[in-house]
Amino acid sequence: MSETLLAFYVFVLSCFIGYYVIWGVTPSLHTPLVALTNAISGIVIVGALLVTGLESAGTAAELMGFLAVLLASINVFGGFLVTHRMLSMFKKKAK
Amino acid sequence: MELSVNSQALAYLASAILFIFALKGLTHPATARRGNMYGMLGMAIAIGATLMGAEVQSYGFIIAGVLAGAVIGGILAARIQMTAMPQLVAALHSFVGMAAVLVAIGTFLNKAAANALNPVLMGELSAGIIIGAITFTGSVIAFGKLQGLISGQPVKFAGQHALNAAIALATLALGVHFALTGSGWSLTLMTLLAFVLGVTLIIPIGGADMPVIISMLNSYSGWAAAATGFTLGNNLLIIVGALVGFSGAILSFIMCKAMNRSIFNVVFGGFGSGDGGGGDSAGAQAAAKGVKSASVEDAVYWMEDANKVIIVPGYGMAVSQAQHSVKELMELLNARGVEVKFAIHPVAGRMPGHMNVLLAEADIPYDAVQEMDEINPEFATADVCLVVGANDVVNPAAKTDKSSPIYGMPILEAGKARQVYFLKRSMRPGYSGVDNLLFYQDNTSLVFGDAKDTIEGMCTALKGGGH
Repeated sequence: MSETLLAFYVFVLSCFIGYYVIWGVTPSLHTPLVALTNAISGIVIVGALLVTGLESAGTAAELMGFLAVLLASINVFGGFLVTHRMLSMFKKKAK
Repeated sequence: MELSVNSQALAYLASAILFIFALKGLTHPATARRGNMYGMLGMAIAIGATLMGAEVQSYGFIIAGVLAGAVIGGILAARIQMTAMPQLVAALHSFVGMAAVLVAIGTFLNKAAANALNPVLMGELSAGIIIGAITFTGSVIAFGKLQGLISGQPVKFAGQHALNAAIALATLALGVHFALTGSGWSLTLMTLLAFVLGVTLIIPIGGADMPVIISMLNSYSGWAAAATGFTLGNNLLIIVGALVGFSGAILSFIMCKAMNRSIFNVVFGGFGSGDGGGGDSAGAQAAAKGVKSASVEDAVYWMEDANKVIIVPGYGMAVSQAQHSVKELMELLNARGVEVKFAIHPVAGRMPGHMNVLLAEADIPYDAVQEMDEINPEFATADVCLVVGANDVVNPAAKTDKSSPIYGMPILEAGKARQVYFLKRSMRPGYSGVDNLLFYQDNTSLVFGDAKDTIEGMCTALKGGGH
C-alpha cells in the first residue's frame, strides 16, 4: 500500500469518528463547537512549523512559513481562549 | 533533545485522541470546559512534538510568529463582544485558509529546491491551495457582510452560476496542469482564480443565511487542514482536518434542515428580498393591515400574573444588545413566581447556537433555555409568549401556506400561547420577505420600539409595583 493510500485510510476512518462525535454535541453549544473546531484547525501550524523550520528553506519559503505560523497561532490562541471564555458563561441554575 | 520519528508519531496520536475527547466534551455544558482543556493540551503536544522533531532546525521565525500570534489571538479573544462572535469566527476561518495556502506554497518552494516534486504531491498541493484560497476569500466576504462593511443583501447578476462554474473549471484545469508539469505559471494563476472563486461563491448569499455559510466555511477550513496533511504526509493534520470538516458539514446540514432548504438552495438559490416596507410610522402601517399594537404596560399586565412566560429571542435581540435587559426581566418575573423559559430555533441569529451564547453571557442559566423540539409542546400551556427580535421562525405560514417560500420550515409554535407579544421595530417582514401570519392572530399584539428599550420599560413597570 502506498503512503498516499495509507493517508487516505486514516482520512476516511477519521471522517467516521467525526461523524459520530459531532452528532453528540448539544445544540446549545454549537457556537463554542464552531470556535473550538476553529482552534483545532489551527493544527495547520504544524505544517507551518515544518515549512519554516527546515534548515535549507529559502528566504521566500521562510517568509511564507512565518506568515503561516503567525496566522495559525492567532487561530490557536484566539480560538481556544474565546471558547474558554464562552464556556465559562454557561451556568446551571443556582440551587 | 530530539524526538525520533516514531516518538513523534506517538505524540501526534496522543494529540489526535485529545482532540476527539475535546469535541466529545461538548456533549454537555458541564463537561465542555474540560473538553476545551483537552483541546489545548492536544495542541500543545502537537506543537511541542513538531518543534522537537528532526525536521525543524531553525527557530527564529517560528518564535516570532508564535509570540505575535499569541498576543493578537489573546487580545481578540479577550476583547470580542459576544454579539460579534460570528465575525470573529469568520475572521479566524480566513486565517486557517490563508495559512493552508502559505504552507502549500512554502512546501512547493522547499520541495522544488530539494528536487523532490512529483505529480501526486503537486496534485495534493493544488487541492490544499484551492480549498485554502476559497476558504480565505469566502470567509473575508462573510466577515464583511457580518460586520456591515459590505451589504448583507444577496448580490446577484445574470450568468452568475455560469461564471462560477467557468472559474471553478478553469481552476481545476490549472491544478491538473500544475500537477502534471510543475509549471509555476499554472500554480500562480490557479491560486489567484481560487481566491476569486471564494468571493464569487459567497457574495450572492444573504446575511440571514449566515448560519449555513459559517458552518460551511468551518467545514472548508477543516478540509484545507486535511489537504495540508496529505501534502506533508502528516496523519495528525489529516485526522484533525477530517474531524473539523465533518463538524462543519454536519452543522450545515442541521441549519439547512431547520430552514427546510437544501444546501444547494442556500448556496445557489440566494433568497431573501431584504427590506420589505419602509420604516415610517410602524403603528400606522400596522393599523392599516389590521394588526393590533400594544403598549409596554399591556404586556406587563399579562406577564406579571402569568404562570409561564416563554421568550423567543432572535437576531434582533443581538442587534439591540437586549440580552442583559432580558435577564433582568426574567429575574423580576421569577421574583413574582412566574416561570420564564427561552425557546431557541436552530437558525436564530447569525451562527449556530448564537442565541445560547448571548443568553449565557447575560447569566441566564442554560437549563432555562430549550431547543425547538423540547419547548414546542409547552407553548400551549404558556400564558404569554414574548418574541424578541425573531420573525420567520414563528411564522405559522410555514405550516399552513403551501405557496409560502418558507413552507415546510419547522417553526416555534409561539402562536399557541394565550397571549403573544411581538417586540418589533417596524412592520418590516423577516429576511424571507414573507408577511408573518402570526401578526394577524387574535391573541397577538405588536409592541413597537427598540427591543432593549421596550424590555427596560417592562422592567421599570414591573418594579413600579402591581395593580
